[in-house]
Amino acid sequence: MDRTVAIDVSRLCKTYDTHKAVDDLSFQVYAGEIFGLLGPNGAGKSTTLRTLITLLHPTSGTATIMGYDCVREADKVRTVIGYVPQERAIDRFLTGREHLQLLGALYHLSKEEATKRIGELLTLVELEAHADRPAKTYSGGMKRKLDIACGLLPDPKILFLDEPTLGLDVQSRLRIWEYVRMLKARGMTVVMTTNYLDEADQLCDRLAIIDGGKIKTMGSPVELKIALGGDIVSLTLKELDRIPALETELKGQPAITSVRATTKGLDIRVESPEKALPTILESANRLNCSVEFIQYNRPRLDDVFIAHTGRAITESIPEAESA
Amino acid sequence: MEHYWQEISALTMRWVRRLSREKFSMLFTLVQPMLFWLIFFGNLFQRAADTQVMQAPNYISFLAAGVVVMTVLNNGLAGGVDLLFDKENGFLERLMSTPIHRTSVILSRFIFVMAITSMQVLVILGVSYLFGVEPATGILGVAMILLIGMMFGVGLTAISMAMAFSVKSHGDFFSVLGFLSLPMIFLSSALVPLTAMPGWMSFLAQFNPMTWAIDAVRPLILSGWSEALPHVGMVIVVMLIFDALCLYGGAKAFRRAMG
Repeated sequence: MDRTVAIDVSRLCKTYDTHKAVDDLSFQVYAGEIFGLLGPNGAGKSTTLRTLITLLHPTSGTATIMGYDCVREADKVRTVIGYVPQERAIDRFLTGREHLQLLGALYHLSKEEATKRIGELLTLVELEAHADRPAKTYSGGMKRKLDIACGLLPDPKILFLDEPTLGLDVQSRLRIWEYVRMLKARGMTVVMTTNYLDEADQLCDRLAIIDGGKIKTMGSPVELKIALGGDIVSLTLKELDRIPALETELKGQPAITSVRATTKGLDIRVESPEKALPTILESANRLNCSVEFIQYNRPRLDDVFIAHTGRAITESIPEAESA
Repeated sequence: MEHYWQEISALTMRWVRRLSREKFSMLFTLVQPMLFWLIFFGNLFQRAADTQVMQAPNYISFLAAGVVVMTVLNNGLAGGVDLLFDKENGFLERLMSTPIHRTSVILSRFIFVMAITSMQVLVILGVSYLFGVEPATGILGVAMILLIGMMFGVGLTAISMAMAFSVKSHGDFFSVLGFLSLPMIFLSSALVPLTAMPGWMSFLAQFNPMTWAIDAVRPLILSGWSEALPHVGMVIVVMLIFDALCLYGGAKAFRRAMG
């Protein structure tokens, strides 16, 4: 992969009154990769993104995009980026084509150039048939496609996506993921925020987990999972009141790294399943806990998140996990 | 410069398109001031109002100037509403992330609001004409009325946009708007001359920039140039100061909101 640095963020801070929204953030995004900022709502992802697209001035620290400073050379930055805001950044009364025409003028394209690009983009996002209807008649997925077409209109070097699939149905989500992968294949750098773990896992080459304005960890999804060490055995118990007893029993046993109670049972991190499984089943038997279901997993990104932030990403909605 | 023009005309076109998609809203915006104030209120008070006090041949001819300036007031104060919605749904961010001049969006809004307001003022003067009110200063006087309207409108629109950029929610915006609009009208010479008001009200009305605007527009409609000119000169000075203050405040609010 091309290791040219596309975005360089150094010691970025953004303070509102006394609240530190972003606290000493440093990271780099390489050209041609999909980089994810993963975190719960209010973690500082959007603040970071909005600083990069020149809409916010940092309190301290710097950010450069393709070598241009996001504050001093904001105008230059704006010519190389495309931005797809969170859902609904659409003018209900304008048609899809009019959205793109407006943006064409704002990027100073000539009429011919704009018409050509708009045609291509409408084909790409499959909105040709609906291009001349007001956006208020669009479904959620269609609005999102229009959003993305708007972000792509300037033919940007770097595309910023803010929660690209928030609130979308499963099918639209998968469609959007396809687009993002295709853009990467065309050599575009993509930076996205998300609070969906599966989205980050599926899509991002590298990601930074952000919580409380700080980067908790950073790397490729695979690296992050390996770094956790240990696989996970998940137990579902028949009698939920036995969970605490079994938890106490298993803690500190050899071959078991950690034990965490869940709503239906226990998540047990083990060094090797061969050694740990007999211990676990034996203990369950001794305490008369009937095991309803046992599952053995390599670490998931959820586990990475919990390990680094100390809690689950509370906003992930069930739909996200089933996708 | 060419880019700047391309941006502003595209953004202004957007406001025009939005309005044309909302035909009903457009109709009501245009008709409301004439219908409510000029036709209903004007005719309702035709006999109740004392022409001696009004110093006008009839109440409608007195009221015309007030309705013109009230229209400017309402359009101006509502001028920021669309930007408020743009701010809330993220459209403004989308616009501001493009390499446009930072003032383009605002300027397009000024142009649009001024154009709509001028059209409405012409319609109001036209309807007044049907009720027998002929502007004493002719076409030039009408042009002067439009100029005064625009000068007042720029300041009001700036206030409205400043509010749109500063408020936390659009509920706040509309509460303030509702609270401002009627007192501004009652505490001005729109419906009643200052001389006929209770002392405390006429005292307050003197400080209302709307009063100054109306006092210049009214003689342009009722009397003629000789009587109007001193008022016109005065209102231009007052409006320059008013606009400067509003634009300064508006620019500050905009910079705070847009970083």
